[in-house]
Amino acid sequence: MADKGKNSALKELIVPLTAVLIGIVLGGVLMALTGVNPFEGYKALILGCFGKLEYVSETIVYTTPLIFTGLAIAVGFRCGLFNIGVEGQYIMGLIGASIVGAMDLGLPTVIHLPLTMLSGMAFGAIWASVPGFLKARFGIHEVVNSIMMNYVALYLSHYLVNGPIKDPAITSPYSREILSTAKLWRFFGEGSPIRVNMGIVIAIAAAFLVYYLLFKTTIGYQIRAVGFNPEAARYGGISVQTNIVAAMFISGAIAGLAGSVQVMGIQFKFLDLFAFQGYGFDGIAIALVGKSHPLGVLPAALLFGILQRGSQTMQMLAGVPKETIGIMQGVIILIVAAEGVVKGWLPVRRILGTDRRPAAKEVGKA
Amino acid sequence: MKKQRTGIDWGGLAKSRPFWLGVILLALASVFSFNFIRGNGGEMFSYLVIDFFSTGIFMATPLILASIGAVFSERSGVVNIGMEGMMLIGAFFGVMVSHFTGNAWLGVLGGMAAGGLTAAIHAYVCISHHANQTVSGVAINIFATALTGFLLKSVFHRAGQTDRVAKLANWILPDFIRDIPVIGDILGSNTPPVYLALLLVIVAQVVLFYTPLGLRIRACGEHPEAADTVGINVTGTRYFCVILSGVLAGLGGVTLSLGQLSLFKEGMTDGRGFIAIAAMIFGKWTPVGAFLASLFFGLATGFKFISQSWNMTSIPTDFLMMLPYILTMLALAGFVGRLTPPASSGLPYRRRGSA
Repeated sequence: MADKGKNSALKELIVPLTAVLIGIVLGGVLMALTGVNPFEGYKALILGCFGKLEYVSETIVYTTPLIFTGLAIAVGFRCGLFNIGVEGQYIMGLIGASIVGAMDLGLPTVIHLPLTMLSGMAFGAIWASVPGFLKARFGIHEVVNSIMMNYVALYLSHYLVNGPIKDPAITSPYSREILSTAKLWRFFGEGSPIRVNMGIVIAIAAAFLVYYLLFKTTIGYQIRAVGFNPEAARYGGISVQTNIVAAMFISGAIAGLAGSVQVMGIQFKFLDLFAFQGYGFDGIAIALVGKSHPLGVLPAALLFGILQRGSQTMQMLAGVPKETIGIMQGVIILIVAAEGVVKGWLPVRRILGTDRRPAAKEVGKA
Repeated sequence: MKKQRTGIDWGGLAKSRPFWLGVILLALASVFSFNFIRGNGGEMFSYLVIDFFSTGIFMATPLILASIGAVFSERSGVVNIGMEGMMLIGAFFGVMVSHFTGNAWLGVLGGMAAGGLTAAIHAYVCISHHANQTVSGVAINIFATALTGFLLKSVFHRAGQTDRVAKLANWILPDFIRDIPVIGDILGSNTPPVYLALLLVIVAQVVLFYTPLGLRIRACGEHPEAADTVGINVTGTRYFCVILSGVLAGLGGVTLSLGQLSLFKEGMTDGRGFIAIAAMIFGKWTPVGAFLASLFFGLATGFKFISQSWNMTSIPTDFLMMLPYILTMLALAGFVGRLTPPASSGLPYRRRGSA
C-alpha cells in the first residue's frame, strides 16, 4: 500500500480489497462475540485449507465450482443482467450430467465424456434462456424470473431423484453412478481421499475462454456494448434483445458446466438436495469482488473457496458457526456495491490521490 | 409523468387481469369441488370452499404485507430485492423477542423493528451511496440468511429451528360477522396479521393515491428532479419508504413465524420475499393490485395443503410445490400486459452539483 496512488490497477482493486479486509475484521469480531479467539478461528481456517495435501485438494475442490459460477454471473453483469438463477442452472447441470453420464450407450471416453459435459451445459443454458427470453420479449426483470426458476429446479430435481432417475438398487435418493467413461481424471486416483481432478483445469481454461469471448470476439463486444449502454448499442445496430438472450444462454451454460464438472469429478451421481447449496449465490460475491473480469474471478473464487472450506474446519475445530462466513460475504458485497463508502474513507482517498486535504496523520485502523 | 390513477376504478377492474384470474380460479375450484360432491354429499361443498379460501388468505397474508411494502419502496424509486432477507430477519427477531419476553406482541414489534433496521442498511447503501440497488438487495439476502443461522446457533444453541415460543392468539370477530355464511367462516377467526393486512390494503391505497404524502412518494419515483425542484425531500422520502417496506416485510416474516407457526426455521421464508415482489409487479405497483395478486399466489400455495382433502394425491407433491413459482412466471409473462414501473425506480438520485 506504499505505492504512489496513480496506479490504475490499484484503483480498481482498492474497493474489493478493502471490503475483504473489513469482512475479515468483522468475522474476527463475530468470533470474539461467540467466545472464540479470532486468531484461533482464523488459524483453524488456514490449517483447514492448507494443513495437509488432502486439505489443499479440498480447497481446490471447493474453489472449482465457484470459478464457474463467478464467471457465469460476470458474463451476465457484462450485459447488464443479473443472473441470480445460476444456482438453479447449476442444479440443472448436475441433473443433465448425471443422466447422460449414467447412460450406457457403449460410447468411448472421447465421446461420452464431452457429451456428458455438454449435456449439463445444455440443461443450464436452456434453464437460463427462459428468464433471458422473458426479459428480452416482455421486459420482465430477470431477477424475479430466475429466482422462480431456482425453486422450480430444486423441486424438479427432488422429484427426479426420488422417482425417474433414482437408482433402484439403493434406498437413498441418489441417481445411478455415471460410467467410468464419463468421469474426469482424478490426479491421485479414484479411490484416493485426495479428490482434486481435471475440473480445476477446465475451470481455469474456462476463465481464459470467457476472457477471450468477452474481449476478443464480436459477440463479446456486442454483449458488453448492450451492458454498457443499451440505447447506444441499439443505435449502433446491435440487437439488444438477441444479446440479452445470448448472454443468459452463455451464462447458463457456464453455470451448467459447474454442475457437470461437479458430477463428473466429485459426486459421480446426483445426490438429493434438501436446500440450495449456495454456489450460485457465492458467485455473485465472486463476480463483484473480481470486478466482473474473468481473470479477476479466479483469485476471488480462490478467496471464497478458502472461506467456504475454512468455514467447515472453523466450525469443527474452533466451534465458530459456519454462517460467520456468510455474514462476511454479505457485508463484502454491500461494501463493494456501495463503493462510495470506501472511496470516501480518508486513508483510501489518500491512496487514490483524491484527497485534497493536507496529509493527515496515519489513521489507526486495522 | 404518467396518467394519475385515482382510486378503485371499477371499469378498470373489469379489465384487470388479476381480477379475472381470481374469477377463473374460483370457477376452477368450484368445478373441482363439484366433482367431489357428487360422490360425497353436498354439505362438503361449502366446507371445501371455506377450506380453500381460508387456507389461501392465511398463506397470502405475509405476501400481502411484504408486497405492499415493496409497492412503497418502488413507488419512491428504490428497488428492494432484499425483501426476502428482511422477512427472514423479521421472522427470526420476532421469535427471539417472543422467546425472551414471553410476549408475542413484543415479538411482532421486534420483528418489525429488525426488518426496518435491515431496510435502513439498504437505504443507506442505495440512497446515500448510489449503490446498485439489486446488488445491495442480494447482499441483504445473503447477509440475512447467514445472520439468522448464526444467531440461531449462538442464541438458541440449535441448528435448523428454534424452540417453540409464545405465538399470536387468534382474533375472533363479533358474532354478526361470523354468522354470515361462508364469509363469516373464512374471516371469522384468524391470526391478527390477517386483519392487519386487510386493513393495510385500504390504508395504503388511500395514502398512496389520495394524500399529499402519497403524491410526494410517487413524484420521487417518477421524476425525482421535478420533485426536488418543488421542494420535496427526495432523500428523506426514499428513506422513509424503504424503511417502511422493511417494517412491513418484517411484519410479513413475523406472520410466518409467530402467526402461522410458533418457531423459526432456517430459510423459512422460502422465496416469499421474491413472490411478494412479483405480486407487486403483477398488481401494477398498487396496494389493491398487490393484494389481489398476493391472494392469487396464496391460493396457489395453499393448494398443496388442501389437495389431499380433495383426493388429488395423484399429483406429485413436488409439482404442487412448484406451482406458485410457475404461476408467478406465467402471470408475469402472460397475464399482465404492459408493465410500466415507476419511471425512476432503480435509479439513484444525485442532486446536481453535489458531485
